[in-house]
Amino acid sequence: MEFQAVLMAAGGGSRMTDLTSSIPKPLLPVGNRPLLWYPLNLLERAGFEEVIVITRKEIQKMLNLDTKMKLDFVCISDNMDMGTADSLRHIHQKIKTDVLVLSCDLITDVDLYKVVDLFRTHDASLSMLMKKTHEPTEGVPGQKGKKKPVEQRDFIGVDDTGKRLLFMANEADLDEELVIKRSILQKHPRMHIRTGLMDAHLYCLKKYVVDFLVENRTITSLRSELIPHLVRKQFSSPASLQQGLDNKEEDQKKKEQASLDIYSFIKEDNSLLKPAPDNSCWNDHRGDMNETLHEGKVRCYVHIMKEGLCYRVNTLGLYIEANRQVPKLLLNLGLEESLVHGSAQITDRGMIGSDSIIGSSTQIGEKTSIKHSIIGSMCTIKDKVKITNCIIMNSVTIEEGCCLQGSVICHNAVIEKGADIKDCLIGSDQRLESKAKHVNEVIVGTEQLMEI
Amino acid sequence: MARPAAPPAPGPPRSAPPGAVALHPPRFAPLRPPRGRPALPGPPRPERCRGRARQRAPGVARDRRGGAAGGTRERPAGDGTGGAGPRAGPGTAGGGRDRRGGAAGGTRERPARTGVTSPRPAEEPRVRGHVGPPGRQGALRIRTGGMAEREGGNPEGAAPVPAGPQAPELSREEKLQLRKEKKQQKKKKRSEKGPSTESAELCAPPEAGQPRAAAQPTSPPAPADGPGDSEKPAGGKSKAELRAERRAKQEAERAQKQARKAELSQAATTAKPRQSPTEPQSMVKRLPEHVQVDDPAAQRKLAKKLERQQVPLRQDYGTKVNLFSHLHQYSRKKPLTQQMSIPSTVIHPAVVRLGLQYSQGIINGSNARCIALLEVFKQLIRDYSTPPNEELSRDLVAKLKPHISFLNQCRPLSASMGNAIKFLKKEISCLPDTLREDEAKEKLQDVIDKYLREKIVLAAEAISRSAFEKINDHDVILVYGCSSLVNRTLCDAHAKKGRAFRVIVVDSRPRLEGRETLRRLVRRGIHCTYVMINAISYVLPEVSKVLLGAHALLANGSVMSRVGTSQIALVSKAYNVPVLVCCETYKFCERVQTDSFVSNELDDPDDLIVLRKGQAQLGGWAENKSLRLLNLVYDVTPPDLVDLVITDLGMIPCTSVPVVLRVKNVDQ
Repeated sequence: MEFQAVLMAAGGGSRMTDLTSSIPKPLLPVGNRPLLWYPLNLLERAGFEEVIVITRKEIQKMLNLDTKMKLDFVCISDNMDMGTADSLRHIHQKIKTDVLVLSCDLITDVDLYKVVDLFRTHDASLSMLMKKTHEPTEGVPGQKGKKKPVEQRDFIGVDDTGKRLLFMANEADLDEELVIKRSILQKHPRMHIRTGLMDAHLYCLKKYVVDFLVENRTITSLRSELIPHLVRKQFSSPASLQQGLDNKEEDQKKKEQASLDIYSFIKEDNSLLKPAPDNSCWNDHRGDMNETLHEGKVRCYVHIMKEGLCYRVNTLGLYIEANRQVPKLLLNLGLEESLVHGSAQITDRGMIGSDSIIGSSTQIGEKTSIKHSIIGSMCTIKDKVKITNCIIMNSVTIEEGCCLQGSVICHNAVIEKGADIKDCLIGSDQRLESKAKHVNEVIVGTEQLMEI
Repeated sequence: MARPAAPPAPGPPRSAPPGAVALHPPRFAPLRPPRGRPALPGPPRPERCRGRARQRAPGVARDRRGGAAGGTRERPAGDGTGGAGPRAGPGTAGGGRDRRGGAAGGTRERPARTGVTSPRPAEEPRVRGHVGPPGRQGALRIRTGGMAEREGGNPEGAAPVPAGPQAPELSREEKLQLRKEKKQQKKKKRSEKGPSTESAELCAPPEAGQPRAAAQPTSPPAPADGPGDSEKPAGGKSKAELRAERRAKQEAERAQKQARKAELSQAATTAKPRQSPTEPQSMVKRLPEHVQVDDPAAQRKLAKKLERQQVPLRQDYGTKVNLFSHLHQYSRKKPLTQQMSIPSTVIHPAVVRLGLQYSQGIINGSNARCIALLEVFKQLIRDYSTPPNEELSRDLVAKLKPHISFLNQCRPLSASMGNAIKFLKKEISCLPDTLREDEAKEKLQDVIDKYLREKIVLAAEAISRSAFEKINDHDVILVYGCSSLVNRTLCDAHAKKGRAFRVIVVDSRPRLEGRETLRRLVRRGIHCTYVMINAISYVLPEVSKVLLGAHALLANGSVMSRVGTSQIALVSKAYNVPVLVCCETYKFCERVQTDSFVSNELDDPDDLIVLRKGQAQLGGWAENKSLRLLNLVYDVTPPDLVDLVITDLGMIPCTSVPVVLRVKNVDQ
């Protein structure tokens, strides 16, 4: 076994509470499939046969996926507030090899081998996937005007090849300025600092990183703690390295003293050119007298996607965007199912846009036009309804003459006759009066809000 | 620059520069076969073919001798391709055939030829005669033609001929058929006469040995001769031999007549020569598939083999320069892992990693690749467990095969790796059955460790020691590219022996490996100059020695090394600077190669694209139909450009390679 896949599906979706208050994040329908399906499908396509899924009890119960892979569910209790690193620590006994950790909200068509090959080729400690953040094309319901909540930017430093990850800092951790250690610049005089990259939360980690995590209990999150730590550690030189390899025994002692140092978990055979340090004529850098790779033992690499789809569904805006792109993705995947489910009853086929998805057993009445939209299963849509750019989940009833635009309508909502809704989010089990007019509103049940 | 033994400024080459002479004494000393000088420049080839031998009067004596030895030896390779009847054209045609046989023989296990005194040197001059352009042309034609008969049909061998076939298609086929018929005739006749004389030393089918059989039907087989055979005065032929020649001639003529008759009856009925398993073709060693990429049949075969081994087939990338369409060309951007499942199931993860490192050029250099390979195989053996009802010695070899195929597709195996694999396979199959599994695994680990230590580490040390004798104070040593062995030698000479010398590091695009050499040498405090290869004639006048590394040393004494090496050797020759090659004996290879065309490696052509200010001038080369990029990896330096080879066995002339190979074979 070369890799074990770990899927983190216990997150609450704290950045889109309006949606996730009623539906757990891994089960949010995207293109009429639960969000969780997408990373699982990515793994299945890559050839994985087993996946460890870390999730919550209630999610596991509600989940029914058709996958050939063997899913090993590990449930963590609801009341425990566990970060991703905690989760990984929780299952460390199951981990026997290097791991591929990914988050349940990743929708991408990346060629996974590119990330994994970086990991393999350079014998890296970490390789990860990033993608240029894309600007949401349309507004987000319930958001006034253009002002977006300014996300805290990441500063990512890569080398000339754009593959080696040299530097990583989040705006939140910075004061006024960006401080780059001299040790980095000594080894990599040219560094490209990039912003506007989105971390896809897909990490290949060496087994020893997990071992390190097990010992080091202060780390709770992969993204915000472990990864930056690894990136930093590339350039810090532990005592053991400076002594050379001759006095291993002494090394051993030092290692025991500093058992929380990542280096102590790296086995000797980690060195990339270990079998032939002096023999290969390859070198990763030029212009100085240092050994290949500067004898660094921790190496982090990043694959930055230039094209293709890659979404992390963690905000409402991205959720809507992902839903819009998913028909394309599904086509690329070559799934044989057509976008319109066979059991849907549609009176006017011609009124359905080609990029719309319609779920099973949905009834659509006469003169109803549906464009760029995703309709769940068991919905009832009466006559003369206009639906554009909408996401409609399961068992929603929309009565005659409604006009819906750019809205998200959750499970079991009922929209009575002649309602006109634009850029709204309608929560589960909501009932909109007839002739209601809503623009740019979030309509969720008050009792749910109370819960939060 | 003061330097001892400096040749006078680039003038006409002197006949005996003092520096060069100083190098020569050991040349014939250690492993010289006890015979005349086989390495005479441009001697006639020892002919297997009497027809040709007779046409070349001055070479008769040598031919006879070489023929006697060569006949017993070379038959499986060369003659099977069509033998050499009286119709075979002289010159390149025959040379080409030899070459082809030689190339094919690269992967061949040599049959145990006990008692043949000097196998390779005898044939070496023959091959060497064709180093020049005509030989290349001939070689090329052979390859593209696939069959030697095309050459046979080409009457004027020495002149460079365009690659296209000159004889019309049909006539070639006819000729092939003719030849086959003839051979069968011969076979019959010989078996009547007395097969017992030959069978003693033959590993090849009798029909393959037609000319030799004709040449010495009465003389005792070569093994009986022992070393004395080669010591025979080269003067006149013995009566028996003359008789044999005469008889062979008559036979050949008879056979030809009969064949013609037979052919007339069959004419044009069979469009393709049939290939029944009894025919000699089946005994001809196949060309390795990696030099016949342009042959769809061979590729299909490869695809089938890989499918059986569950290894994906790597797609070729881009258009290739015509001359090299028979070689693989891969793109680094399209690794083999693209087509594999990510937790790789068939291939061991360590091998996947190694393959990627090979193809990305991270593990690079003959030694490094071999060491890494053996280390990974050690791991493979550690992780291996024999399935029930299987024998370790058989099953493990079978288990290694897909891994080797995988690595071969990541990057064609180097000669060093080939030898190491051969060695390992042999060790595995020789494991006694009585050993328990863990013992056997333990033993294999030890064996690999021993190989690594003796063949690579200690060999490097030995070479470094003997090379030190050649490095004097105030020397200016020119090195090329990055050879771990040369680097080590120079560093040792500098640090351990305290020699004060200067190094000129010559480098070439696109790999710029010389920079790594430069870094390593400068770090040790050696005075270095760095030039690109196009400045070589400018720096050579001040150079006192050229020290080169090698990818492999071939059986005809040619040195296969990073492309550019041959050019450096040639220019050095012109300036009368001695050329020394450092090479461990484990890189010696039984292949015979006289040119860089037939068996070579193409690297990713995208490496040639230069980025200038973010712009890639050659970026769209693939779209341009009239543009092709060639990123050649190796070239072959003919033995007469190399003055000395420093090996772990001492300093030898490169023509002694076959002797070393033979000694090695006997040892094993």
